[in-house]
Amino acid sequence: MSANARVRRSNFLLDVTLFVICILLLTPLILLIANGFKTPQEMLVWPPTLFPKDPTLQNFHKVFTETPLLRWMFNSLTFAILSTIAIVATSALAGYIVGKFPFRTVNVIFILFLATAIIPFEVYMIPLYFQVKALGLLNSVGGLLIGYLVMSFGIFLIRQNVIASIPDELLEAARIDGAGELWIFWYVVLPLLRGPLAALAVLAFFQAWTTFAWPIIVMTRKTSFTIEVGLANFQSAYTIDLSLLSAASAAVMVPSVLAFVLLRRNFVEGIAASGMKE
Amino acid sequence: MLRRKRFWFAIMAILPTFAIFGWVRLFPIIETLRLSMHEWNLLSKNKPFVGFQNFIELFGDNQFLDALTNTAVIAFGAMAVTIPMSMGLAAIIYHRTRSRFAGFYETAVFIPHVVSLVPAAMAWKWIFDAKLGPLNALIMGLGGDALPWLFDPVLSVICIIFLVSWQTLGYGVLIYLVGFRNLPKSVFEAAQLDGANGLQSFLHMSVPLLKPITLYVSVVTLISGFNVYAQAYVLASDTQGAPGRQVRVLVLDMLENSFQNFRVGYAAAEAVILLSIVLLLTLIQFGLLRGKGGR
Repeated sequence: MSANARVRRSNFLLDVTLFVICILLLTPLILLIANGFKTPQEMLVWPPTLFPKDPTLQNFHKVFTETPLLRWMFNSLTFAILSTIAIVATSALAGYIVGKFPFRTVNVIFILFLATAIIPFEVYMIPLYFQVKALGLLNSVGGLLIGYLVMSFGIFLIRQNVIASIPDELLEAARIDGAGELWIFWYVVLPLLRGPLAALAVLAFFQAWTTFAWPIIVMTRKTSFTIEVGLANFQSAYTIDLSLLSAASAAVMVPSVLAFVLLRRNFVEGIAASGMKE
Repeated sequence: MLRRKRFWFAIMAILPTFAIFGWVRLFPIIETLRLSMHEWNLLSKNKPFVGFQNFIELFGDNQFLDALTNTAVIAFGAMAVTIPMSMGLAAIIYHRTRSRFAGFYETAVFIPHVVSLVPAAMAWKWIFDAKLGPLNALIMGLGGDALPWLFDPVLSVICIIFLVSWQTLGYGVLIYLVGFRNLPKSVFEAAQLDGANGLQSFLHMSVPLLKPITLYVSVVTLISGFNVYAQAYVLASDTQGAPGRQVRVLVLDMLENSFQNFRVGYAAAEAVILLSIVLLLTLIQFGLLRGKGGR
């Protein structure tokens, strides 16, 4: 009985510790949101207040009516959706082929995909910039998209799932029944890959939504900024108004946090799979 | 016959992806390697071959060396903070898996990793602000002296390490949680029967058993640390409108050389150095994994 009580007490203490840590980790974001509701005057008060004394919606109103924030969000959203579609489509098809068609040519291509997987985007983005420039696609979503059409890890993730969850016998049976290869891919393989494809889609979307270095060099016109670049340049473009900046940041952050909370399972699945790479 | 048909289907199906891949990945990577050996001033038409001249110049370039040092300090600093913290935190969360709040813990720890870099950096920028920020208010409230967090060369690097660690922590915890779930349960039960307490079995069994995971998380953290850019851009660029101190990092130096000084070949050489660092780290990881008796 007393051992049981001790276990319960230590569990309770651990829960309290975890709660405190979690709240501390979230504090910067909570404070940021709170700042969005402060008046510009309150932002300059010393010592700083943690929560607004008389909360105002003025900043949010101003952010949406007087700054191109919505335009930037729209740019980011378009880019992220198109990039997700491209990555899911290329990864699904290529991942299936490298998983189930062990010809030598295919294997060589797969090794190339894999070998470049660890090379960070930052290494080759300057030549890529000149490719985009040559096409006349600077300051366009198309130009931005060129950097995010394929994802080596996506191909790898789908390949692993194809090997693990699609038996050869199933494909053979369909072939004996006279099904074409494309038909098999569409009606047999894709439905079985729904889970990993959803995980990949969430990863791809967040990757595009949060990217920074690439849009900052490709999108230099104020109307073509993505939300990240727009926010980062906010301070030079507008008078430094911290409460306005906080409101803009909060307006961007809250939807993505909500999306994450809703899609957490998919996200965690995708990230966890990345850890199993070896 | 059938094999041939299948072969051609495979080739036709993989071709579009491979073509895109060659165009947006392989080609620019090769281009980076090629340009690093050339002197390409954007304003002139000629691109003479200069061999390793760019690299030789880089290692006498104080701005580059400054950037390399800062980036390395940030990458290793963030790793040193992230690894022990995420392992410890994952251990506690794993221990409380059956708790009602397990989902909340996982979500809360992971949120800093998914919020966009810029809004997150904005939040920290205010906290660190020397004149208006709550961090200095807290320090002064406790009787300390206010510190110029984002102006001092050493302190501003520490701030970036802090921000990067805060963001990476959730990723580390997630990977460690997977690791903990895959540990052999029987060994721990045996240890418990032998009278080992939680802390003992964590230190003497979990830590060594999780070595491959630690290695993996370390390398991922280091590689992303070497690519740090947005954090430095927001946190340590012109604070309060006045041109403040800027923490020079590799990616920033590279972009400046390419787009402000118009020296593309020189910037490409920097990119090749970044690539070499990443490859070296990956090789070390594989080497260490292999060296552990083929586990």
